[in-house]
Amino acid sequence: MMANNTPKIAIKDLHKRFGDKIVLDGVNLDVPEGQSVVIIGGSGTGKSVLLKNILGLLSPEKGSIQIDNQNVVAINLSERERVLQKVGMLFQNAALFDSLTVWENVAFGLIEGRGMKRKEAREIAIAKLADVGLGADIGIRSPAELSGGMRKRVGLARAIATDPEIIFFDEPTTGLDPIMGDVINDLIVDRVKHLGATTLTITHDMASARRIADKIAMIYKGKIIWAGPVSEIDASGNDFVDQFIHGRADGPIQMDVRAG
Amino acid sequence: MNPLASIGRTTMAFFATIGRISQFTGRAVFHCFVPPFYGRLLGRQLIEIGYYSLPVVGLTAIFTGMVLALQSYTGFARFNAEGAVASVVVLSITRELAPVLAGLMVSGRIGAAMAAEIGTMSVTEQIDALTTLSTNPFKYLVAPRLIAGVLMLPLLVLVADIIGVFGGYLVSVYKLGFNPTVYLERTWDILEPLDVVSGLVKAAVFGFLISLMGCYHGYHSRGGAQGVGAATTNAVVSASVLILAFNYMITELFFAI
Repeated sequence: MMANNTPKIAIKDLHKRFGDKIVLDGVNLDVPEGQSVVIIGGSGTGKSVLLKNILGLLSPEKGSIQIDNQNVVAINLSERERVLQKVGMLFQNAALFDSLTVWENVAFGLIEGRGMKRKEAREIAIAKLADVGLGADIGIRSPAELSGGMRKRVGLARAIATDPEIIFFDEPTTGLDPIMGDVINDLIVDRVKHLGATTLTITHDMASARRIADKIAMIYKGKIIWAGPVSEIDASGNDFVDQFIHGRADGPIQMDVRAG
Repeated sequence: MNPLASIGRTTMAFFATIGRISQFTGRAVFHCFVPPFYGRLLGRQLIEIGYYSLPVVGLTAIFTGMVLALQSYTGFARFNAEGAVASVVVLSITRELAPVLAGLMVSGRIGAAMAAEIGTMSVTEQIDALTTLSTNPFKYLVAPRLIAGVLMLPLLVLVADIIGVFGGYLVSVYKLGFNPTVYLERTWDILEPLDVVSGLVKAAVFGFLISLMGCYHGYHSRGGAQGVGAATTNAVVSASVLILAFNYMITELFFAI
């Protein structure tokens, strides 16, 4: 898909705090249409909070989040539900509904969000499961019967079931072995390319980030400290980025580790 | 440590909780009346709360009616008023014991289950997933449980009324030697519609409170398994205390002299 000049998602001067703890401290980030942006950063740097603010699960104290030129920070519930119809989301632990079968999970957005008939939604769900390499027999199982990799795939099938314009991925490879992680990365790239969707991923897995991203942004202490094309990250000239991508203990990023 | 500061913090925390519960209640009630409605989920909750609670409520009612007949007989026999046993059993069961005991039993069974289920959904991001799938968690999770609670508790209490009175009848007739016809006549003569209606109104309120506390504590549970455990305990304890408090208030409303 051709990217145009207006970003699909534009985040401006976003602030969020919990009590005295400042989590987001003026985040600015553009996600161009049809591109895959990956936000990297260590644990507790504000990645998940940023994603939850974009999805409306948390409210920022200050700043704006524009999706298709609409500020989604101050919209009401029904407008938010309309905006969320454009969105798919793969949660870190897949967040599958235990009380539903696998196909019902995948078809959930179609049945409950869009009012589609169950029979029709089931056919689409089975097709989406096939897209992520799972057979129709998996569809009738309970999520509790699936392995971690299969749950991630089902989560991915649910995220793409409504053919969304925007897909968010929260730590898509966390908790998976390297091979399954690569399988998930391949599926993400393949499915996103197929849909032509805009994606925003948060991860601290650099192999995943390099595989998925068109553009990478690094968040540290609630601020985006570097952003650029994935091809430039190795020559970013930013000591924080260098330390993070090479996974070094020494450098400007100091972990809060106390000796026992 | 400054004791005034401690009292102040506790007071502020108390009012903050009251505020959160009020806000949650307002949102929950609002979504009970605004479409979309989830009929399948409501049906599932009606069966879960109504049908599956029947054994525990029935057993509670029959043993309560039996012990009530036995106790009131031994008490009244001291001043030759054994004839009042039928009246005491039916009035105690319909006005007080059936709604309160059914409420407490259902609170332990259903309130805990609701808090555990919704709490687990909360800590595993399933509630966030509902939101991202354009589904309002209040409409999908809370409203069907509230409606089912309000509808099913009165039906359960009606069944408990009948079974409880039957328990008293069994003991009175087969153990204490009452004449069955006279016992039933006395039961029927003393009973007024208000006695049953007040019990059913109480039941509807208790059903609302049980579902509300189950959903509220589940929805706000944090911190994994321990948080879900705490939510479950809080749901049962708060619903039980509220049942007893509201029982007094509704009794005052119906029967104040």
